[in-house]
Amino acid sequence: MSITPDQLRFCESHEWALAQDGIATIGISAFAVAELTDLVFMALPKVGQTVVAGKEFGEVESVKAVSPMYSPVSGEVVEVHDALVNQLEILNSDPYEAGWIMKVKMSDPNELNKLLSWTDYQSQCGGS
Amino acid sequence: MSSQLSSTPLHAWHKSNGARMAEFAGFEMPIQYDGIVAEHIATRTAAGLFDISHMGRLRFDGPRADQLLDHLLTARATDMKIGQVRYSLMCNEEGGVLDDVLVSCLESPSGKVYFLLVVNAGNHAKIVKWIHPHLADFPDVEYHDVTSQTAMIAVQGPKALEICKPLLPPSALTLGYYRAKVTEQMSKPCVVSRTGYTGEDGFELIVKAEDAPRVWENILMAGRNLGVRAAGLGARDTLRLEAGMPLYGHELDESIDPYRAGLGFACKLADRQFLGRESLSRISQSPLVAKRVGLILDGKRAARQGASVLDADSRTVGTVTSGSFSPTLDRPIAMAYVEPSIAFEQSRLDVDIRGSRVSATIVPLPFYKRPTSK
Repeated sequence: MSITPDQLRFCESHEWALAQDGIATIGISAFAVAELTDLVFMALPKVGQTVVAGKEFGEVESVKAVSPMYSPVSGEVVEVHDALVNQLEILNSDPYEAGWIMKVKMSDPNELNKLLSWTDYQSQCGGS
Repeated sequence: MSSQLSSTPLHAWHKSNGARMAEFAGFEMPIQYDGIVAEHIATRTAAGLFDISHMGRLRFDGPRADQLLDHLLTARATDMKIGQVRYSLMCNEEGGVLDDVLVSCLESPSGKVYFLLVVNAGNHAKIVKWIHPHLADFPDVEYHDVTSQTAMIAVQGPKALEICKPLLPPSALTLGYYRAKVTEQMSKPCVVSRTGYTGEDGFELIVKAEDAPRVWENILMAGRNLGVRAAGLGARDTLRLEAGMPLYGHELDESIDPYRAGLGFACKLADRQFLGRESLSRISQSPLVAKRVGLILDGKRAARQGASVLDADSRTVGTVTSGSFSPTLDRPIAMAYVEPSIAFEQSRLDVDIRGSRVSATIVPLPFYKRPTSK
């Protein structure tokens, strides 16, 4: 099974979420990866940490700049893709599956409804 | 995009060639095309082509132009020979750096000797204002701001000379380092200068604004099989940082004197009077209050401007002025001002990167030196 972006929900700040059985897998969009270019570092959250929808959970660093990443949902971090830090190039080829960043046990699954659909997210990126 | 921004004569080319544009010093400038690292590496291995038309270009004509500049600059201007380029600072009366500049002594095709001052884009307006009251003391000096009627293009990298070979007359191609001359590029007037801000060999060209797109395309065409590529201000910044070159607003500002910046060589105090001389003389005889050093950081995270440098006892001993990931070294590098007592090579320090402490080592500047050419 491969994940296509139309299965995902997006933040305006370019993070995506994929919910399954109360757990949301979180990553950043291909658009964000292309905009940032030359990624060199990612500061990840820790398992057990609480994240809040719309609040920073980590940061991604390119050669020139540091950008915060905002969580699409609230809840407890149950898994972190620690290996990603040493292979950030995965984000160029597969940001929606192999490039996942963390899994969050959602405290309020209704928050997903506030996120953008793929179509709406695309028009946001196209219109900027 | 704000209509207040200026654009260079190459603006249309940047836009139609996928540049990511951003505001820099009042100009809408290309930050990158395909990526900073790719452009950086192209400049180190082949050549990068940079639009640096945002920099200020001020021309001084007349028999006493050298004396006016000698009064304004920390470097001596009165002994400059035709074809010579000098790095200099302009300082205020307190010895703080107003700008760092290149001054060239040139001869026009009609045989007139004149001086050209290239100033930082961000300081352009300030320097023009600073110079103004001193013009009155030199009524026979003609001063023109030629920035908007010209463009400035840098070709930098180990292949830069080869690329320029079909485009420039032999006399320009054989210019020594820090030499410049007025010549022609495809029968159009052009100032060619063997200078740069990347740590690589190459040229900086000043051409008429309307000639700029053609010169730019000619260079890309001449270098298409040699690996030349357009490079933006992003790569220009990582290149100059690796080369250990100061950038105004980072390593230099009005609160910083030339000596702690390691730029004492640009201050000629003997037998002359110039703005800031008294203060500089005093500072040069006092113990250093800080020293500019290079840092290589452990890990992958870069320290940015303003990050604190800490010693083993968590005492703040300095501040980072520039930092980035170095594409050549594949490590994060930074420049910082630190207390002279700890400014020794191989000293281990910590840098506070947004709350986490990362170990760093003081290394000699520059981080990168090009292999010595033939």
